[in-house]
Amino acid sequence: MSKSMKLTLHIWRQANRHAKGKFEVYTPSDLTDDMSILEMLDCLNDQLIADGKDPVTFEHDCREGICGTCGIMINGMAHGPDRGTTTCQLYLRRFKDGDTLVLEPWRAKAFPVIKDLLVDRAAFDRIQMAGGYISVNVGNAPEANSILIPKEVSSEAFEAAVCIGCGACVAACKNASAMLFVSAKVGHMSMMPQGRPERHDRVLNMVAQMDEEGFGSCTNTLECSAACPKEISPKWIQRLHGEYIQAATVTRR
Amino acid sequence: MILDPRTPSGPLEQRWTKAKEEMRLVGPINRHKFKVIVVGTGLAGASVSATLGQQGYDVHTFTFHDSPRRAHSIAAQGGINAAKNYQNDGDSTWRLFYDTIKGGDYRARESNVYRLAQVSANIIDQCVAQGVPFAREYGGTLANRTFGGVLVSRTFYARGQTGQQLLLGAYSSLMREVHEKRVKLYTRYEMHDLIVKDGEAQGIVTRNLMTGELEAHTAHAVLLCTGGYTNVYYLSTTAMASNVSATWRAYKRGAFFGNPCYVQIHPTCIPVSGTYQSKLTLMSESLRNVGRVWVPRKAGDKRHPNEIPEDERIYFLEERYPTYSNMVPRDVASRNCQEWCNKGHGVGISGESVYLDFREAIAAEGEPTIRAKYGNLFHMYHKIMGEDPYKQPMKIYPGPHYVMGGLWVDYHLMSNVPGLFVLGEANFSDHGANRLGASALMQGLSDGYFVAPYTVANYLASKINTQPLSTDDEVCKEAIDNSRNTIDRLLKSKGNQSAESFHRRLGKILFDKVGITRTKEGLQEAIKEIQELRKDFWENVRVPGDANYVNQELEKAGRIIDFIEFGELMARDALHREESCGGHFRAEHETADGEAKRDDENYAYAAAWGFNGIDEEPTLNKDELKFEFAKLTQRSYK
Repeated sequence: MSKSMKLTLHIWRQANRHAKGKFEVYTPSDLTDDMSILEMLDCLNDQLIADGKDPVTFEHDCREGICGTCGIMINGMAHGPDRGTTTCQLYLRRFKDGDTLVLEPWRAKAFPVIKDLLVDRAAFDRIQMAGGYISVNVGNAPEANSILIPKEVSSEAFEAAVCIGCGACVAACKNASAMLFVSAKVGHMSMMPQGRPERHDRVLNMVAQMDEEGFGSCTNTLECSAACPKEISPKWIQRLHGEYIQAATVTRR
Repeated sequence: MILDPRTPSGPLEQRWTKAKEEMRLVGPINRHKFKVIVVGTGLAGASVSATLGQQGYDVHTFTFHDSPRRAHSIAAQGGINAAKNYQNDGDSTWRLFYDTIKGGDYRARESNVYRLAQVSANIIDQCVAQGVPFAREYGGTLANRTFGGVLVSRTFYARGQTGQQLLLGAYSSLMREVHEKRVKLYTRYEMHDLIVKDGEAQGIVTRNLMTGELEAHTAHAVLLCTGGYTNVYYLSTTAMASNVSATWRAYKRGAFFGNPCYVQIHPTCIPVSGTYQSKLTLMSESLRNVGRVWVPRKAGDKRHPNEIPEDERIYFLEERYPTYSNMVPRDVASRNCQEWCNKGHGVGISGESVYLDFREAIAAEGEPTIRAKYGNLFHMYHKIMGEDPYKQPMKIYPGPHYVMGGLWVDYHLMSNVPGLFVLGEANFSDHGANRLGASALMQGLSDGYFVAPYTVANYLASKINTQPLSTDDEVCKEAIDNSRNTIDRLLKSKGNQSAESFHRRLGKILFDKVGITRTKEGLQEAIKEIQELRKDFWENVRVPGDANYVNQELEKAGRIIDFIEFGELMARDALHREESCGGHFRAEHETADGEAKRDDENYAYAAAWGFNGIDEEPTLNKDELKFEFAKLTQRSYK
C-alpha cells in the first residue's frame, strides 16, 4: 500500500529569462511514496491553482525515461541521487518522510532559464545540425544486409546511441561542458561503417559548434557520466579526443 | 455520402507501381517554388520533412516540443516489421499483408496494406544506411524477433528502444536538411487551427509557446503528422503532451474523422497504483516472446507468486489459443486479461493485474541473455514498481496504447479536404480495427519516406504557377481570431479546478464505458456524461496566468477541452457500430466461444464522420471496404 509523506520543497522560481529568481518553500499535502518527482509537482500545482497561485513550470513528456524532456537538479544532483534514472523515474519512496528537497533548473550558460525549472536546450539541436547525421537521401540505401556489421560493433555503438539529449551531463559538470553528449553522438556514428565517410568533418564541425554555444571545457571530472540517466561511459570522451586529433591532422581546412 | 478512396484497380501487387507511374511529377527546377507545411516531428513528420527537403521543396516543419527528437515515437520499444524473410521462415510481402489485414479484423483497405508491406523492406534499408544500430547476429547480419498475431520472425529491433533509434535516425536526417536550409524548423510552435480557403487546406494558425503570439502560415499543402489521441483516456502509455488538437481542429474545419472508436488497449502495461499516477508505462509486447501470462487457478489466491506451484496456475492464453498462445494479438490478450480479473483471479493490491513470468526463460537462456535483450524494460519496471522482475513475475494490466482511428484519408493519404495530407498514427488508414505489434513504426516511416513524397508531389503538380495564400487574407484573420477567442475564453474562466482534474474525469468515463468492452447502454451514458463534463469544464475550470509568455496550464487546458469534445465522437462511433471487430468489442456481439463477432454485411466500411457544430450530431460518411484478395473469415488464433 502507498504511504503518505511530508516533504519540504525549496523550488527555484523565476518569471522569465531576465528576471531574478529565488527559492520558494512549499509543503504540499497528499504526497505518497508511490508518486514520482513529477507527480509530486503535479500534485503541488493542483494545490497552487486551487489557491489562485502560479503553478511551477517544468518540462516533461514521456514520463518513462526515454524522451529526455524532463530534468531537474534535485539536492544538487542532476536527475536526483539514483544512478541510471531520469527525474520522471525517481519516486518519492527513495526519500524519507520529513526530508527537504531542493529543486533547481539545469544551470549552464548555454541552457538559459526560460521559466522556473524550464530551460532552453536548443544548443544541442544546433550541435546535431552541425554534423550529427549520415548524409543518405531516401532512395540511396543499399540492401540492409549488404554491409555486415559485427555484433560487438553494433552493440557498442548502441551504448552511445542511447543518449536521450536531456542535458544532465552539462548540468552535472562544474564547467557546464557538453563533451559527453557530443562524444556519444560522434562515437555512435563513427563506429558504424555507414558513418565513416563523413567522420572527420563531423567531429570537427560538432566540436566547433559546441564551443560556439558557450559550453565549458572538459577537465575529466566524469560527473557527467555519473549523472547520465543512460549511464553513457566516459570512454566516449576519450574516443572523441582520438577522433578529433585524427580529423584535425588528416583534414585540410 | 460514399467516399472515393482513389485506390487503383488491377492485380494487388501492381497497384502501387501503377499508381506511381500515373502520378504527376514536379521537376527539380520548380520544387523550391512549392511551400509545404509539416506539423509534427515524430517518425512520420521527421521522415517526410527530410525526404521532401532532399527533393528540393520549401519545407516548413513545426513542433510544439523544444526539439524534434522529443516526439513520442521515441518511446516505441519493441520493433519494426519488414517482409525481408531473412529468417527463411515463410515470410513474404503477401504474408505481412495478410497478417495485417487479419490482425486488423478485416477493417482496413487492402490496397493500402499491401503497399505498406511492399515498402517495409525499403524502410529497413534506409534506416540501416542512416546508422541505426539494429540488433545483429554474430555473423554481422540483422537479427529478428517475433511479435503478436504472426507465426514468423520479421521484427527488427534495437534492444527495447527501437522507436528511439529510428526517430534519432529520422531526426538526424531532418537536422541535416535544416542545416542545408532546405527545411525551416519551428520549435515550440503549436498548431491551433487549419486555414481552409476555396475548399482547400492552405495553411495553419500557430501559437508560439514562448511568446504567445498567434500567426498564420500558408502553403501549397499541409501535412499533419501529429500522432494519435490515446491520451484522451488520461492514463495511457502515450506522452503527457500527446493530443488530438491538430486533427480535431482540422475536423472542425471540414476534414472527416475516421473510425474514432478503434483504440488499442495494450495487454502489458504496468498497472495503476495511486490517485496521482499520471501515466501508464508499457512493457513491450516482445516480452511475450519469453514471458508466460498466468493467474492463480484459485480466485482470490493472495500468496506470493513464487509460492504458487505450477499446477495451481492457469496459463490462460496458452490454454485457449494453443497455436499462437502468448503471442495472440493485443486486443485478444487484453480481453482475456480483463475477463480473468473480472472473475476474481486478478493479482496485486487492486486485483487488477495478471502475471507475466520470465522464470523459465531465465532458467533456459540465463539472466545475461535476457538482460541483453530486455534489460531496459526490466530496469524500468523495477524503478516504477520497486520489484525485481528477474526474481518474481511482473504484474501487468491492459492500458490504452495506440489508436487505429484518425483523420480519414484516401490512398494518397489526402483527406477529403484537398491539400490536407495526414500521415502516421494521425490518419486512420492501415491497421483496421486492431494494429499488430511493430507495425506503427513501419507505417509512420512508410508514409513519410516512401508514400507521401510521391502523392504530395502529384497534388503540388496541379498548383504550378500559384502562390501560397496571402497571410493577410480574410480567412487567415478569421482563423487567428477564432484561436484568440478560445484562449480568451479559457483565461476568463472563473472556476477553481485545474484543467487536469477534468482530464482525469474524462479518462475514467472513457476507460469504463468506451474501453476494452463496450455496451449500448454504457455508450449512451458516456455521451451524456461527457456532455455534462464539457459544461462543467467551462463553468469550473481555472487557467492561471496570461497568454503572453510560457503558460503550460493554458496549453494543457486547450488540449483537454478538445479531448472532451472528441471523447463524445468516440462514444458515438462506438455506439453506431453494432458489431465487434478487433479492439472494438461490443458485449452484444460475440461468437459462441466469446470472440469478436463481425457483421460484414452491414459494417464492412470505415466510418468517416463530418462535423456539423459542437452541439449537433455529426454526419456519417462511408468508405466501403472491398475484399478482393483476402477472404473474409472469422479471425481465429486457436
